[in-house]
Amino acid sequence: MRSSAIPLLEVRDLIKTFPAHGGVVHAVNGVSFGLEAGSTLGLVGESGSGKTTVARCVTRLTNVSSGQIVFDGQDITHLDRGAFRRLRARMQMVFQDPADSLNPRMRVGAIVAEPLMFFTPLSKDERLRKVRALFAQVQLDEDLIDRYPRQLSGGQQQRVAIARAIATDPALVVLDEPTSALDVSVRRGIVDLLRSLQERLGMAYLLISHDLTTVEWMSGSIAVMYLGRVAEIGKARDVLAEASHPYTEGLLASRLTADPRLPPPEALLVGEIPSAFNLPPGCPLHGRCPEAVEECRLTLPVLQPLKLAPTHAVACLRRDTVAVVTESGRPELIGEDQRG
Amino acid sequence: MTALLSVEDLRTSFFTRKGVVSALRGVSFEIGRGEIVGLVGESGSGKSVTAASILGLVRPPGRIVGGRILFDGRDLVTSSEREMRHIRGRQIGLVLQSPRTALNPLLSVGDQMVNIYRAHVRASRQEAWAACLAMLEAVGLSDVERRARSYPNQFSGGSAQRVLIAIALLCNPKLLLADEPTTALDVTIQAQILRLLQDSIARTGSSALLITHDLGAVAHFAQRTMVMYRGEIVEQGPTLSVITDPQHPYTAALVAASLPGTPPGH
Repeated sequence: MRSSAIPLLEVRDLIKTFPAHGGVVHAVNGVSFGLEAGSTLGLVGESGSGKTTVARCVTRLTNVSSGQIVFDGQDITHLDRGAFRRLRARMQMVFQDPADSLNPRMRVGAIVAEPLMFFTPLSKDERLRKVRALFAQVQLDEDLIDRYPRQLSGGQQQRVAIARAIATDPALVVLDEPTSALDVSVRRGIVDLLRSLQERLGMAYLLISHDLTTVEWMSGSIAVMYLGRVAEIGKARDVLAEASHPYTEGLLASRLTADPRLPPPEALLVGEIPSAFNLPPGCPLHGRCPEAVEECRLTLPVLQPLKLAPTHAVACLRRDTVAVVTESGRPELIGEDQRG
Repeated sequence: MTALLSVEDLRTSFFTRKGVVSALRGVSFEIGRGEIVGLVGESGSGKSVTAASILGLVRPPGRIVGGRILFDGRDLVTSSEREMRHIRGRQIGLVLQSPRTALNPLLSVGDQMVNIYRAHVRASRQEAWAACLAMLEAVGLSDVERRARSYPNQFSGGSAQRVLIAIALLCNPKLLLADEPTTALDVTIQAQILRLLQDSIARTGSSALLITHDLGAVAHFAQRTMVMYRGEIVEQGPTLSVITDPQHPYTAALVAASLPGTPPGH
């Protein structure tokens, strides 16, 4: 099951702190994961879990405090702006709210053409042809090319943002809550589009979302984050169907399922996520966890594979895990056959 | 016994410079006593205008142009602003989406609650204060003496939402309008808040209209569900049958987009 391929994206011991009001906000506290070409990793968590900060570090929208980010075999952790700019064509982003991420004064055709101007030698005519092809790929009517973003619906705007992101044939697209600002009935169309684009174009997705349904629809693997750490990581079906970490269990139990025949949601976790300003000692979840014992208050659990499921890892003292150290110095967690 | 709320052919329009926008195009429904009814729809469907119409809070260029809203036997459409002031807060409580904007940041939570209580109920400050503490306790907050002296920014999102529910329930209203009460909250908090709403309704014998874009919020918490689309209620019935056997194509699309599980072709 282990993959020997070098992942497209590898994040090692990522730490990000922000100075604030005479203290430090610990947004990301040692996060590691790998993402293989053509696959999707869903980063799930509540607000304050650090998932968006991870995405901002990966895309270099913010500097990392420590740790390493390797993209396509190249250490990009400390690349200067100029060098990273040349990489930008290979790593693109789609943000939550297209109304905010699209320039309101540009026609949507020009918005999609912009990365082609920066990153390709295409002539003006070739660019226009490519923009038409991109509109077709994201299933947008060509007639919309000369419209402004505000003249489009939310779903159409997000399709423009996706067309812009895939214009330069990126190897990785970071999707930050790509469906959260959209109406429910529109979400499914965007998810289906993203999945079919991935099948045809073979790019990898790092999907940031608090919406478990979107994550379930799209991800081969899932990492559940809590207070700046990965609580649980593994193949999507394992994490969702065989959730092991008490936080993941609580998250899934409290999920508001739309199916009244399923058991009603339960609040297993008491209270709310603590502030990342003053991190509690021990396990970050101990104050909310129904299974916490004295040891949990003192010892920080390490993310380790489950004894019975080596590709599925949790950071919990109350679970039967094994310390596995590989050549890379971290557990190999994500199998090659992620899409299952 | 007649329904607590009976909305008949309600029509609300907005008269803008660009023309007339019909936000509600003949909306009819009832809410029985002790019942939680879900109103599901997307942005622009008219669900918040429905709530504003019931509360008499439709402002120009908007206006109710037709229909009746019978609340406990009285037509709210023809009620004066003075009568509506008595009804809002006292007989119909409102829970909004964002506690950050619904609470006054400059007043302690207890002071805000005392002001609201005394606007509707003849009571001394001490009596009002005691009533507020009791209500904060009833919505599951602990250490209420200290919490009542705290300001809104000292509350987490979930606790602040509990405060909003406490305020809505403060004067023991007959009807609670909850407009997206969980949308701004994290997943692990949403179920806590909906359970609290459900328990509060059961405890006080009041009724609730639960307005949401999320079928997941009504599936286990509303006995009946109405689906709104472009200013009309396109489907209504027991929640179970609306979700498991949708009759209107829009409801079917909404259900397909909401159910967890692997989409076809995965």
